[in-house]
This record gives sequence, structure tokens and C-alpha cells, in this order.
Amino acid sequence: MRPVIPYVTAALLFGLGVYGVLRRRNAVLVLMAVELMLNAVNLILVTADTTVRAQLPHGGQVFALFVIVLAAAEIGVGLAIVLQLYRLRASVAVDEVPLTEDPTPAVAGAVGSPATGERKAS
Amino acid sequence: MTGVDVLLLALGAVAVGSAVLVVSTRHLVRAGLYLVVCLGALAGLYLVLTAELVAWVQVLIYVGAVVVLLLFAVMLTRAPIGASDDLDRPGWPAALIGGGTGLGLAALLVDTYRWTAVDLPEPGSAERIGEQIFGSWVLPFEVLSVLLLSALVGAIVLSRPDIGRRDATGDDERAAR
Repeated sequence: MRPVIPYVTAALLFGLGVYGVLRRRNAVLVLMAVELMLNAVNLILVTADTTVRAQLPHGGQVFALFVIVLAAAEIGVGLAIVLQLYRLRASVAVDEVPLTEDPTPAVAGAVGSPATGERKAS
Repeated sequence: MTGVDVLLLALGAVAVGSAVLVVSTRHLVRAGLYLVVCLGALAGLYLVLTAELVAWVQVLIYVGAVVVLLLFAVMLTRAPIGASDDLDRPGWPAALIGGGTGLGLAALLVDTYRWTAVDLPEPGSAERIGEQIFGSWVLPFEVLSVLLLSALVGAIVLSRPDIGRRDATGDDERAAR
């Protein structure tokens, strides 16, 4: 087994994930690119487990399992935030999210009630 | 080049190719489906790398749960069916940083490992991984269960608007500030 093949695959996947996070406007697509990065890290961990003889056997695979669990938790909370953003703004474009405290609410066509949106956006 | 190398190359090419499509397609739903292909190819890579348990957990959690959640989010945010033109920002900085990261890491790893070969270890079956998790890694395992619980509670609190509603006085104080 040539370890350079999965290592290079993982490096390219990580680069593609970085590209996707920076390129995409839709928050759901940004989360998909984050998943690509997490999977690249998992592939590095599993490959290192086969190439490096550690004192504790299979440490890399155990860590890969832990990263998968962390990714599941991350995607749950991340999608809850994205859906809340959609309820407030009726849009999931990440470059339209106001970073400063904006007193004027933008709730045109939002799913939630206007009072809720006003409260959350203020 | 042994059979293992050929398998690794083929599955790696599938994974990278579908990842390119995930970050470049103009159809939101297709991005999710290409992600399934990418994650499935990665599960195949894990199998070839003798990580059986990780491969099946990958299929269960990523292909089974995470992608379904993502597709649900695509539906709930009323994503348009068909191609949409407003998915991307201008791409030069992203291409520069992403390409630099990926190719830089790849060059580093190629320089480190060259074309050396290693023997595959004994497969990481459920029995061996379970021994390790419940023997050497019990504390992180238990901490992860607490983290999953807190993520569950956090997601519920975030998605229910009637939890954590401020009263009128709190709003007045914020307005006065």
C-alpha cells in the first residue's frame, strides 16, 4: 500500500472544502463544504493509523470515529442556525447576514411572525 | 502498483471528482447527491485501508443521517429546483486560498512519503476498535456523549421561537441602549 495516494486525496479534498466555504453564498452549501473538510481530516487519521505504528493500536481510527460524532453534532446545530436565519431573513445567503447590530428588521416574506423577527433581529 | 494501490487511486479519483462537483455545481440538490457519492467513495477508501468499523459508521452516519439532514435543509429553505445563478461569490480569492491549501498540503505530503510502501496492519474490526475505545479512550467517549446531549438541547432551543423569549422590559432596555 502506498500511503501517498490517500494522503494526497485527503489534501485535495481539504483544499476543495476550503474553496467551497469561501466561494459559496448559500449557507447549506457552505455546510456541505465543511463536511468535505471534516472528511479529509478523517481520511488523514485513518491513513496515519495504517502507516504509523503507535503505542496504542488503532488510535487513529478511534479518533476518526470521534470526529464523525463531532461532525454529526455540528451539522445538527448548524442546520438549526441556518433554518432560524431563513425564518428571520427569508434568505440563507451568508454575505447578506448583518454583522453589526441593525435596528431595522428585514422580515419581508419571512415564515415566522413579524413580531418574532423584529425581536430576534433587534 | 498492487491491486490495493489501484483501488485507492480509483476511489480517490471518484472522491475528488465528486467533491469538485459538490463545490462547483449550480444545482443545490445535485450538490447534496454528489456529496453522497464523495462520502461513499471515502467509505470505500476506509474499507481498503482496513478500517472496517469506521467505514460502516461513515455509511450509517454520513451517508445515512448527515446527507438526509442537509437535503431536508435544502427543502426547508425553499431552494429552487434547477440551476440557480446566485450561489457563488466572485471566486478568485477562494480559488487562490483553496488551491494553495490543497496543493501545498499535497506537495508537503508527497515530499514526506515519496513512493514508499507499507504493509497493511490487521483490520480494525469492531472487536479491536471496541477494546481500544472502552479500554484506553473511555473518558473522551463519555465526554462526547455529554457533547451530543448538549448539541441536541441546543438545536431544540434554537429552532423553537417560544423558548428564551424576552419580555417587554428587556426589549425596552435593549432599545434604550
